[in-house]
Amino acid sequence: MSSSYDYDEADGHGQMQLSQQDVAYDPNFVPDYVKSFVVHLYRYIREKNVYEIHQMYETSFHALSDRYFKETPWPSVDAVAHYVDNDHVFCLLYREMWFRHLFARLSPTLKQRIDSWDNYCSLFGVVLHGVVNMQLPNQWLWDMVDEFVYQFQSFCQYRAKMKNKTEQEIALLGQYDKAWNVYGVLNYLQALVEKSAIIQILDREKEGLEQFTANDGYDYDGGSNVLKVLGYFSMVGLLRVHCLLGDYQTALKCLQPIDTSQQGVYFIVIGSHIATIYHYGFACLMLRRYVDAIREFNKILLHIYMIKQYHQKSSQYEQILKKNEQMYALLAICLSLCPQVNLVDETVNSQLREKYGEKMARMQKFDEEAFAIYDELFSYACPKFITPSAPSFDEPLVNYNQDAYRLQLKLFLYEVKQQQLLSGIRTFLKVYSSISLAKLANYMDVDEPTLRTILLTYKHKTRAVDSDRKIISNADIDFYIEDDMIRVVESKPVKRYGDIFLRQIIKLEGVMNNLDSIKLE
Amino acid sequence: MEREMQKQQQEESSYTVEQLVTFNPYNPDILPDLENYVNEQVSSQTYSLDANLCLLRHYQFEPDRMSIQIVSHILIKALMAMPAPDFSLCLFLIPEKVQMEEPFKTLIVLSHYLETGRFHQFWDEAAKSRRLLEAVPGFEQAIQAYAGHVLSLTYQKVPRAVLAEAINIEGPSLDKFIEHQAVNSGWALGKGQLIVIPKNEFNHPELKKSGGDIVPLEHIARIFPILG
Repeated sequence: MSSSYDYDEADGHGQMQLSQQDVAYDPNFVPDYVKSFVVHLYRYIREKNVYEIHQMYETSFHALSDRYFKETPWPSVDAVAHYVDNDHVFCLLYREMWFRHLFARLSPTLKQRIDSWDNYCSLFGVVLHGVVNMQLPNQWLWDMVDEFVYQFQSFCQYRAKMKNKTEQEIALLGQYDKAWNVYGVLNYLQALVEKSAIIQILDREKEGLEQFTANDGYDYDGGSNVLKVLGYFSMVGLLRVHCLLGDYQTALKCLQPIDTSQQGVYFIVIGSHIATIYHYGFACLMLRRYVDAIREFNKILLHIYMIKQYHQKSSQYEQILKKNEQMYALLAICLSLCPQVNLVDETVNSQLREKYGEKMARMQKFDEEAFAIYDELFSYACPKFITPSAPSFDEPLVNYNQDAYRLQLKLFLYEVKQQQLLSGIRTFLKVYSSISLAKLANYMDVDEPTLRTILLTYKHKTRAVDSDRKIISNADIDFYIEDDMIRVVESKPVKRYGDIFLRQIIKLEGVMNNLDSIKLE
Repeated sequence: MEREMQKQQQEESSYTVEQLVTFNPYNPDILPDLENYVNEQVSSQTYSLDANLCLLRHYQFEPDRMSIQIVSHILIKALMAMPAPDFSLCLFLIPEKVQMEEPFKTLIVLSHYLETGRFHQFWDEAAKSRRLLEAVPGFEQAIQAYAGHVLSLTYQKVPRAVLAEAINIEGPSLDKFIEHQAVNSGWALGKGQLIVIPKNEFNHPELKKSGGDIVPLEHIARIFPILG
């Protein structure tokens, strides 16, 4: 996962990585440890030894980067090429890692951003032509798609800050207008989805005709997993790009072939799992499908709680924690707009109370202070929205990198404000089992016609439209009007005895099996 | 016969646009097709959210090609799709600067009234913008359907005056409307000035299907090896 999602990214020309001032960098010098690294990696890829590739990719690369390349890039691809038979595809892979390292640790220049785009075009081009015969670890394939989208997002942010651009940069931008063009990015992701036929594969799998998920995406028939798995992860890539553009409906549509209620290949790599659920949940939040968002956030936050200790040494640990915190913030927002606390697990709930208990209490007051907190949490947790269009090169040059974010925030707060009166109603509905319209209007200090509109608003806002365009209720507490009386209906959480028994049966069986397998001396 | 052929041609071309949106949505060349499709939706009283979102995205990618009239038609169509949140979904894709101008400012106000059940204010404001809204046939009926929907979520019996205000019909026309609903949607005239709305799970809680203790077969299948 990429390590920096800050809005304010350095512009590149102000930073020194290749300026040879502090650290001497000779792109053509290949130390022995790099030579050894590329030679071994190349061999393992040729041998299709996925386990070793994974070790080198996940562990060695980061260890070497940490030790020797903290402030400089790795040696250039031209310098290492002859150690690996000048293999075209290996060089593309090496370059991809090279740029990823650059983006993570240092600040890329505009030219480097453009070169990285070219590399992705070549790499994806090779994959799409179907000539790749490798098996690569899922982690690597996920990182490629993730990084591709990240660099696109980063480029849009960079490009939108026109104020301090040099003439040279502006000229380059104009000249290379195809680099990181939104159409190009989307079309590559779409092409990977289509060429891999991943949607058909997942469909056939449901009928037992394919073994994609069962094999973790790997191909045990002597073929390659690269196109298929890239196609699979590209669906998550499309989900992400559409969220960045503010098109939540299409974002969910792109993810539709993946069933998040089940485990799948998206689940295997922690980065992909988190990215999928985070964006899915966020899209649901903006679509007012609060219950769906709460369910998904709850599941993943519980999952992260259980497994995060195993990722402590991973290079992605920080990112995992960051996303964890962001999702707690989003969960706090969802629960304040749709108080369905019975959907949240004990563990998650106690964490939530700890982090946001006080803020949630204030958010549910729906006053000015509450709106400020909604603003704060949304801004903290939202994706880094982008403006996909090319800048106008007319004077005066302005920074417009915050425009997209400001629009989404504004519309979100608008929705929150429309729900202002609902919490008042909810308080009364909790207390009364029935109350006359006149009396309630009196208590709420409004006239009866206004009360009627408030009640209609409550009914409308506590419904959501799901993916099949059906209307479902979000309401934890509901009512209907009979003559002049409001009758309150509380939905009690139904205890699912069936599920409880099933779980205990399976658990007991597990215990008995364990006992059976113990041999006593 | 000619009308049949025209309709079939229309069906064929909208089939093609839907295909474009599904299989080739990120192609800047389809923008004119999407724009024509919006006009078609308006004139034939059909609707496609996906195609319209696709067009709004293209406008986002190339703001110079945006047509104010087409966008306003898309938004009006989205209003007509209520209670679905389509209007908001479209707004997410329209730049802030554009939203602050007419006719979008008015449309946003209209949406606000509908979202907060303020039908009286809605119809007042709509009357002021008659020319804008008349360009899209079926607008009035769609909003009346939405009004009826929200009322049926809320009331078992709705007072005539409340209904009249919500759908902006009074007098003999209102009687006709109620009659029509009685035939097609099961409404009935109750005592006094009350109109009885058919029972549904939202205004009659006893009808709510309790999904509580239904255990799906797949879950039971998991323990077959244990039971067996």
